[in-house]
Amino acid sequence: MIELEGLTKRYGEKMAVNHLTFAVRPGIVTGFLGPNGAGKSTTMRMMLGLDRPTAGDVRIDGQHYDRLKDPLKYIGALLDAKGMHGGRSAFNHLLCLAQSNGIPRSRVHEVLDTVGLTAVARKKAKGFSLGMGQRLGIAGALLGDPRILMFDEPVNGLDPEGIHWIRNLMKSLAAQGRTVFVSSHLMSEMALTADHLVVIGQGRLLADTSMADFIQRNSRSYVRIRSPQRERLLDVLYGAGITVVETDGGTLEVDGGKPERIGELAAQHQIVLHELSPQQASLEEAFMRLTAESVEYHAHADPSLADPSLAGTPSPSAPPPPSGGQGRQAWGSDWKKG
Amino acid sequence: MAATQVVRSEWTKIRSVASTVWTLSLAAVVTIALGMLISLLSKNEFDTMSRQDRLSFDPTFISFAGMSLGQLAMIVFGVLVVSNEYSTGMIRTSLAAVPQRGTFLFSKIAVATGLAFVVALATSFVAFFLGQAMLGSHRASIGDPGVLRAVIGGGLYMTLIAVFSMGVATMLRSPMLSLGILMPFFFLISAILGNVDATKKIGRYLPDQAGNKIMQVVTPVDDDTPYGPWGGLGIMVLWVVVAVAGGYALLKKRDA
Repeated sequence: MIELEGLTKRYGEKMAVNHLTFAVRPGIVTGFLGPNGAGKSTTMRMMLGLDRPTAGDVRIDGQHYDRLKDPLKYIGALLDAKGMHGGRSAFNHLLCLAQSNGIPRSRVHEVLDTVGLTAVARKKAKGFSLGMGQRLGIAGALLGDPRILMFDEPVNGLDPEGIHWIRNLMKSLAAQGRTVFVSSHLMSEMALTADHLVVIGQGRLLADTSMADFIQRNSRSYVRIRSPQRERLLDVLYGAGITVVETDGGTLEVDGGKPERIGELAAQHQIVLHELSPQQASLEEAFMRLTAESVEYHAHADPSLADPSLAGTPSPSAPPPPSGGQGRQAWGSDWKKG
Repeated sequence: MAATQVVRSEWTKIRSVASTVWTLSLAAVVTIALGMLISLLSKNEFDTMSRQDRLSFDPTFISFAGMSLGQLAMIVFGVLVVSNEYSTGMIRTSLAAVPQRGTFLFSKIAVATGLAFVVALATSFVAFFLGQAMLGSHRASIGDPGVLRAVIGGGLYMTLIAVFSMGVATMLRSPMLSLGILMPFFFLISAILGNVDATKKIGRYLPDQAGNKIMQVVTPVDDDTPYGPWGGLGIMVLWVVVAVAGGYALLKKRDA
């Protein structure tokens, strides 16, 4: 169990982590999601006592990290794959970590075997590929057989086989009743592994929810329409009180709309349709909308920090309103309460 | 967190990287070889020396002349032991394993200091005996008054240079920055300050100038240094304590 309370980190003017409060519970994989620069790594470093919070508190099983006796036996972390001396062999890297926490030498062989590095145990780490380095880092995290495991972007740089291995490893660790906390900037990755989601953007908590809930709330359904008589169709739909969003590709989207009703309206007005299809938005899209909210919010305070690439799709166009009742404003405020 | 665990861990770290071996062997080889060469040259020059120079002739000190260069390798050793952690990113892994930063730093320094002392003391004895062999009839004997103190002092001096470098590297973190400051300081600036009359009085309180007094057996004729061999070493120890304390204070306070 990891508990954060009002955790805050400020670098000069910039709030890297802004009053985060949440708990990471045992027995499940908790995904820690946010775009690059959202403050995930800073939060993780504060959890490990590496960075000092400006305000607030983190506790590991009720204790501050630096009060833990032999911390590797409580919590194992993979922060970045480069956290090792390249001139030292994999075995010696793990051995020095083991010795500092009173972990027997035999355990070094065990974890090397678990991550599949036994054959290169005596090789220097600088000759390792990114994937091998990642595996060595994971071996270090597993060394103390800890109840809590923390992985910062563990699938970065791994080949498909390695990614598959990590997913299964995290799931099996959680199934053993351990607390597994894993960060990512990819929603699709989280959807496959995480049971619970903590989403942050600009250092703020945007969502703390179960994966199932998140999927249910965010799998936006909409109807996609293409028509050569776009302007007429728009008039007709507005006339019928249906809110339409125009996308970049020239197609129209109607949130939560019924294709039957739209088709009938088009027929009534003799408008040609080239496409009329019900769609489900991807989770990735939902995540981008969620975090775009935090970017947009920030943009009001400082326009120079707005990042257009993070803005949600589809982009609303004139005439307003951009979206229906399930639109952005409602989303943002919902999540912030959560 | 038992300190013995951390000491054992730091020993594994220090023995498992190549830089330990090459910096310490270089320190020993350079100190001994250059000491022998200068001893040989001094013997050949003795007959042409002035009376005053002959009175100041210190065969023990001459055999340690190689330390002026050998100490640079000791500086590299001290700097790398600490800054390797930062330049490789290992520091985060290390501090996650040992969050008590004082225990971490002092265990590391203790292990590196112990190893440096063993190497430095052996180097000092070898440099003395081989240097004396080169000096022929002008040689000193280990039994002469003050000589054993000077030889052991030579080991202490080189060790303290390494520890001072560890303290500075802990403060600066970057190996390039640390070496870029320490190397010219000990090789050039300190020597210049110590030899120019205007700055001599300040120069002799610098760590190396004060510290190498311990290796002198014969006091130069016109020497007005206000401290003795142990006083000089004491001044050097103060420098080392300040550097290490500064490193500790910053490590304690900084984000890793």
